[in-house]
Amino acid sequence: MALVWNEEQLMLREAAAGFLAEKASLAALRKLRDERSETGYDQEVWREMAEMGWAGIAIPEEFGGLDYGYAGLGIVLEQMGRNLSVSPLQATVLVAATAIALGGSEAQKQALLPAIASGELTLALALQEGAHHAPEKTALTATANAGGYSLSGKKVLVQDAHIADKLIVVARSAGKPGDAAGLSLFLVDASSVGVRTERVIMLDSRNGGNVLLDNVQVGAENLLGELDAGHDLLQQVLDIANIGLSAELLGLSLEAYERTLEYLKERRQFGELIGSFQGLQHRAAELFAELELAKSIVIRALQAIDANDPQLSMLASACKAKLCEVAVRATNESIQMHGGIGMTDEFDIGFFIKRARVAQQTYGDYNYHLDRYARLNNY
Amino acid sequence: MSDLDQFRQETREWLEANCPESMRTPETSDTDQYWGGRDPEMSHPDQKVWADRMGEKGWTTPEWPLEYGGGGLDKEQTKVLRQEMARIGARNPLHSFGISMLGPALLKYANDEQKQEHIPKIIRGEIRWCQGYSEPGAGSDLASLQTRAEDQGDHYLVNGSKVWTSYADKADWIFCLTRTDNSGTKHEGISFLLFDMASPGVSTRPVKLISGSSPFCETFFDDVQVPKSNLMGEAGKGWSIAKYLLTHEREMISGFGHSGAGKTLGQEALETLGTDSGGRLDDTVLRQRIAQLELDTLVFGCTMARVKDEAKAGQGLGAASSIFKYYGTELNKRRYELVMSVRGAQALAWEGDAYDNGKTPRAWLRTKANSIEGGTSEIQLNIIAKRVLGLPS
Ligand SMILES: Cc1cc2nc3c(=O)[nH]c(=O)nc-3n(C[C@H](O)[C@H](O)[C@H](O)COP(=O)(O)OP(=O)(O)OC[C@H]3O[C@@H](n4cnc5c(N)ncnc54)[C@H](O)[C@@H]3O)c2cc1C
Repeated sequence: MALVWNEEQLMLREAAAGFLAEKASLAALRKLRDERSETGYDQEVWREMAEMGWAGIAIPEEFGGLDYGYAGLGIVLEQMGRNLSVSPLQATVLVAATAIALGGSEAQKQALLPAIASGELTLALALQEGAHHAPEKTALTATANAGGYSLSGKKVLVQDAHIADKLIVVARSAGKPGDAAGLSLFLVDASSVGVRTERVIMLDSRNGGNVLLDNVQVGAENLLGELDAGHDLLQQVLDIANIGLSAELLGLSLEAYERTLEYLKERRQFGELIGSFQGLQHRAAELFAELELAKSIVIRALQAIDANDPQLSMLASACKAKLCEVAVRATNESIQMHGGIGMTDEFDIGFFIKRARVAQQTYGDYNYHLDRYARLNNY
Repeated sequence: MSDLDQFRQETREWLEANCPESMRTPETSDTDQYWGGRDPEMSHPDQKVWADRMGEKGWTTPEWPLEYGGGGLDKEQTKVLRQEMARIGARNPLHSFGISMLGPALLKYANDEQKQEHIPKIIRGEIRWCQGYSEPGAGSDLASLQTRAEDQGDHYLVNGSKVWTSYADKADWIFCLTRTDNSGTKHEGISFLLFDMASPGVSTRPVKLISGSSPFCETFFDDVQVPKSNLMGEAGKGWSIAKYLLTHEREMISGFGHSGAGKTLGQEALETLGTDSGGRLDDTVLRQRIAQLELDTLVFGCTMARVKDEAKAGQGLGAASSIFKYYGTELNKRRYELVMSVRGAQALAWEGDAYDNGKTPRAWLRTKANSIEGGTSEIQLNIIAKRVLGLPS
């Protein structure tokens, strides 16, 4: 497939850029942070996003979505990265809806996807337990009983935990921590007896959270995908999630870079524009090259999702690793090249490195994905 | 059958009938590369047979116009031709600076007589060209070149010297940057001359590279008479031609080492170093560095494809192509550093049949030139900073 966006996709990009700059900009994030918003996002703006179809952008039409593919979702996510927009789009749409679409039964899809597409239902994936992304190490237990399963354990770094109506909980139904086999996914109402969610305000001013499950009873009909075979489903979901996060990282890296380039053309020292110093010029040019590479792998990987590319896992890890690397470099340089003002909270540039750090760490960072890329290439 | 399928079938049949068996094996040494010329060097007589047949059909330059003997193919057909050649492992029939550098400039800037004179001979590999750009005092700062060409009425009198002229000792003709006027800025007054290396007053002295071979020379001009009809474009306006030609040279150089053929470095490392108890490559640091390189190679490949696709779709300004020379050559250098690590002691021998006569270390050293020849990496970064990013001088 040609590595370019078509006419329709370019229009979507423009529309998203316009909407987000007006309604969900960096200024809006700053306001949510400073006012200590209860939900951590603007519900009214989320409603408008849903009205435009974004909540169902990658969901098939038969379940109330736009069927615009993950390329469409990626285009929106890139613009959200540029604007540092906050919304349930990542946790609910990119991650949870994907898990349901890929692993859900017909009944689960019917019940949940249209409600997601309309923007009514929010979800969160409860996966991580330790300091690092390591799905195989899942210890939270799922014990079969007469009514279905009983879940007990603790999850960390659950994006949108405290605002989610439902949780997708990754649990160990067989084997021991460290085994890829024996994992199962469950749909759990956040209001179930025994579920406790704690909001954690993250360094990017977004919603993280911990989830505690204490003998939570879930019916057998709430198993998502096959029993004990959740690892495969999870990998498919995380491949897509990581490509989506990469699109967001691309947007924020480009924005931080372009703002910095403007500054190089404005700020004077030693009687010259600082952009005339070769030490800075070469670093800017190298970064430009890295960003051009980053654009290419993001579009390649997004298209691969929609094309059911057999190499998807390899491309997903390549994409996430590259974008982690580039985002670190772009956001670090953006502060350095601004000098002192880059360190101030009042100036916006520091917001990018914060979001970049959290997005990198979510579902595997550079180290994780570089190693996975090597593994998938058999070495 | 579509036209393209038809073309594929005919091409396949033609190649089957015309590509000698011996030309369906990989090139293993410098002399396996056929460069043509008046007195061509060969390691096998089939090299000339193969080049002549392809040249006759215009397929040494598939997309050049039919009227000068080119193939007259479109992009899709060229792709098919390349695929069909790759399918049987056919060698590049003709290595040529005439094709990769001078040809595009001739097509754009030369007058009709010059085109008729030179292009067919390039296509058929009858004349081998060299590039007379760099001088002892003019490398990165190419426009400060001093080789003089004095107007003598019906001819120019050329005096001066060039350096790093690749294969000057083997070339039949030279495309040469000369100064015809000193009165303006350094970019003005440069003239683009074409002349025969057999002209009286031209001499060359080979210079040995760190890789042990001597593919480049010092080139001296002592009262060389060049007919005025050998001036390409206008007198004093040679700089734009020079720059145009450089874009083609850089494109060629950025493609070095990215054939995508053969084993990946990861596979080779597995075979050489073996696996640990977990079945992974038995050197964690090397594993990581290979993954970084192969990942960047994959992403760079996507970028080259994206730029082509954008051009086809009429999108973008092709700004990304400005990174190719810089990134491609640095990547190739990184690759060879790791090739050396993977092959270990086997790659340290310089001579001896058991060591392929030092093929690996020689190739490794040769890559060091990639980020110098055709404009250094630093110069590429300057160009990106100024022309693409618009940073002030
Ligand atoms: C294998 C090989 C084949 C070649 N073949 C040919 C050929 O066929 N014909 C031909 O004409 N030439 C040829 N060249 C020459 C080549 O184009 C020059 O070597 C090149 O342009 C650099 O010039 P220089 O060697 O004078 O280095 P210099 O220009 O002296 O550069 C020295 C160092 O200074 C840096 N530098 C220079 N200016 C700047 C600046 N403004 N900003 C930052 N850094 C700077 C350079 O990047 C480099 O690191 C060949 C070179 C090699 C290595």
